[in-house]
Amino acid sequence: MKNSGKVRVLKFYDERCNGCLECMKACSMIHFKTKEGGEKSAIKINKINKKFIMNACDQRGLCLDMCPVGALKRKKSSIVWLDKKICIGCQACIGFCPINAMRKSKDRIEPFKCISCGACIRVCPEKALEFIEKDINDIKEIVYHKQGV
Amino acid sequence: MLEGQIPIEDYESGNTKNKWNLNKIKLEHKTISEYNYIKKDIQKGYANRTLYINLNEGIIKEKKVTEDMKKLFTGGRGFGLKLLWDSIKSNTRWNSNENELIITTGPLCGTTQYPGSGKSLCLTISPSTDIICDSNVGGFFGPYLKFAGFDAVEIQGKAKEDVIIIIDGEKGKISIETAPLEETNSHMISQQLTQMYSSEDDDKSRQKISIVSAGMGAENSYWGCLNFSFYDIRRKIPRLKQAGRGGLGTVLRDKKIKAILTKVEKFDGVSNNPADSVTLAKVGTKLHREIRDLDRYQCNMRAVGTVHLVEIMDEYDLLPTENYRFGSFPKASKLYSQNFYKLFTKIIPDGCWHGCTMACAKTVDHFTVMTGPYKGEKVTVDGPEYETVGCGSNMSIWDPLWVLEFNFYCDTYGLDTISTGTSIAFYMEMYEYGILNKKRCDGIELCFGNAEAVLEVIHRIASGDKGEFISIASKGIRRVKDWLIKNNWGDIGIIEDCGMESKGLEYSEYVTKESLAMQGGYGLTLKGPQHDEAWLIFMDMVNNSIPTFKDKAEALHYFPMWRTWFGLNGLCKLPWNDVEPSNNPKTDDPSKVPEHVQNYVDYQNAVTGWNVDKEELILQSERCYNWQRAMNVWLGRGSRKDDWIPYRSMGPVTVMEYISRRERYDKYLNEKIGISEGKIEKMKIEEKIKIIYDYRQDQYQKLSDAVYYRRGWTPNGVPTPNKMKKLGFTDPKMLKILKDKIITDEKAGLNIWGGKYNNKEKNPNDGIKYW
Repeated sequence: MKNSGKVRVLKFYDERCNGCLECMKACSMIHFKTKEGGEKSAIKINKINKKFIMNACDQRGLCLDMCPVGALKRKKSSIVWLDKKICIGCQACIGFCPINAMRKSKDRIEPFKCISCGACIRVCPEKALEFIEKDINDIKEIVYHKQGV
Repeated sequence: MLEGQIPIEDYESGNTKNKWNLNKIKLEHKTISEYNYIKKDIQKGYANRTLYINLNEGIIKEKKVTEDMKKLFTGGRGFGLKLLWDSIKSNTRWNSNENELIITTGPLCGTTQYPGSGKSLCLTISPSTDIICDSNVGGFFGPYLKFAGFDAVEIQGKAKEDVIIIIDGEKGKISIETAPLEETNSHMISQQLTQMYSSEDDDKSRQKISIVSAGMGAENSYWGCLNFSFYDIRRKIPRLKQAGRGGLGTVLRDKKIKAILTKVEKFDGVSNNPADSVTLAKVGTKLHREIRDLDRYQCNMRAVGTVHLVEIMDEYDLLPTENYRFGSFPKASKLYSQNFYKLFTKIIPDGCWHGCTMACAKTVDHFTVMTGPYKGEKVTVDGPEYETVGCGSNMSIWDPLWVLEFNFYCDTYGLDTISTGTSIAFYMEMYEYGILNKKRCDGIELCFGNAEAVLEVIHRIASGDKGEFISIASKGIRRVKDWLIKNNWGDIGIIEDCGMESKGLEYSEYVTKESLAMQGGYGLTLKGPQHDEAWLIFMDMVNNSIPTFKDKAEALHYFPMWRTWFGLNGLCKLPWNDVEPSNNPKTDDPSKVPEHVQNYVDYQNAVTGWNVDKEELILQSERCYNWQRAMNVWLGRGSRKDDWIPYRSMGPVTVMEYISRRERYDKYLNEKIGISEGKIEKMKIEEKIKIIYDYRQDQYQKLSDAVYYRRGWTPNGVPTPNKMKKLGFTDPKMLKILKDKIITDEKAGLNIWGGKYNNKEKNPNDGIKYW
């Protein structure tokens, strides 16, 4: 599948965030049909040293080359997508994500991740989240680095 | 170099594509026997039944796995020992009708969350050693065998014509079919059968098939290995991993099996139905992250696999060169890992089972074959691993491309690279001394460094050449030693000391001359000199952390037991200590990697629902380890004389070797043996060699004494009935065999310590309770 070369990724304005975690509840609704948030959300808001930090997949796709069964692909929209039907739950992608943005809930063996759907943006009362467009060539990473580096 | 993130369907290996008329080949199959079985879920890691096949009569049946069997033998290699014990006789040899080829899995085998969890364990009576050989291997076969419904498959008897065995977990059906038209060589037949038996014409279906095969070399030598396939959805071919040691492939072909195929309907990370999948996921992710963060600074397995060892071994004088005469060589840098890194295909998840992010199974794609029947074709070469490169240096072959050529043909012909390489290195040394020559080698100029001659030997073996040299050479070092001695072509001492075999099996690729503990790690083993029981060179020689006989004996107790444990469970050893937590050096026992040992405790509990601790893991192994030694006793080969090792693995055999390490040996004579420097100066090298020879032979016997004592064996190396009872064994037949053997030894005066102890030295305590 040819992708567009551009991809939507989340941008976070920590100074606007009030810590209500509505974004996480909206996200768990998308992935697990529950408003629980917490470990069932692909986006994560943490408070560290009085400052809010957001963590979610930035679609760099290092995991694409890690998957032994080919369950991870770039979709037409260029986001990194995990096909649950193919995934065997080996967790290589979870372990190898350099920013720990591949998530796993106790409810099922397949991981899940941010798919840039925008649900979190829509519910944020403070407009602390938005999409920005990036060129995938600028963000993609490959598994193999130079030997010994 | 390729960029990352190539869509799987767009990836091109650049290999020559083979086209066959598969319909025509399949139409020639005649069904000999069929058996339908009820598919069942795996329960906490066990399928709870094994599969028995008898090729003489076409019998296929199920055997139940009892709770008692799990308690005593755990699984994997343990189950294999139990099945062999129930089926063979004390005079069974490799080609006896009742000998079995067994492939087993283990309760943790097939887990996808923890790296290194896809190993199969293969057992048989070996043609090289006449005792049990066990060999572990990656690839998809073991996990699929279990998910198809069986903890193990045992195959007895021989077919009348070439057959394939199909274990179809999709339909719940086992069948034995004739297979006259399939290729025999592994890289071909695994492709043919994968295509022929996949349910749909897509990569997803092809990935659900695994094939065990051995090629023409296995048919015509004692070095036959088993190739286990794992389909690569990117390269679109089945790749191969080898159960190399001990001639398992030879037994497969002797039974006229061309291939064993297993197929699954579906599988995922919880197909084992673990008792606690949450803990399993937690432990697994922790290790993935460790590999992610630390591997590139530690072993660099993900980039170059086990080849990273070449430069380390060369640096520490441990890389076997010219049949183990030397441990390093000026040209060795040509085989350092960076030279293979250039050739390896990158950007592929190279695990030999799903979820193994250690990913050491490196390959070279579109390698152009230089000799033999596939000359000019472009193929994928699986490997080389360290051992295969070590064979290169042992034969003085310093060109990575020739190492790849050797690797490719050994694999597809079903030849163990280790036995093949170590044997040919010995023949080369004999050639250099004139004990062998061109005429005696059937016209082959088998001198060190002659890569083309090496390939010529391999091709001739695979083609079934009946020349005198090829016929004997293909049976390994032990038979060649006997042949050379019988013909009176050379000095018996030189022949016996230089040929690197023990129990009839060839050594793997480490120089052990300066590490007594590692000599024990090769000699005081169950199946023969393979490094999978203990690898103590660094602890012993470099760090000097096990200086006394008692320390060494403790290491030669703990590490073989610990490493045996992987084989009982269907695991790979590499993720245990080829990546270590960053705080490992600060722990109380870094060589054991305590945090990872705890991972395995948690892992086994999470799958099986047991509640074991780390001592219990060792106990599981101790049961199987002692049982295997006891079976070796029963087969007539489990005593001190069978733990003999050639002197080349203990010290310098020749003057040249002495000179190459003169400083080290002169110092040794002074510090260890107490000869004054002045006297050493005046001595001839031959005299010095003789003194070291006698001293080191005695050291090895003293080490054996300490190890036998630690393991609870008699001074002749026989497990005592008392020890067996303590481990929980009550089998009266086995206890009687051991008792009879000990009484016979007693009468023959063999129950005495082997070392010569003076007044200051202490021999191990004599107060062993036998009964």
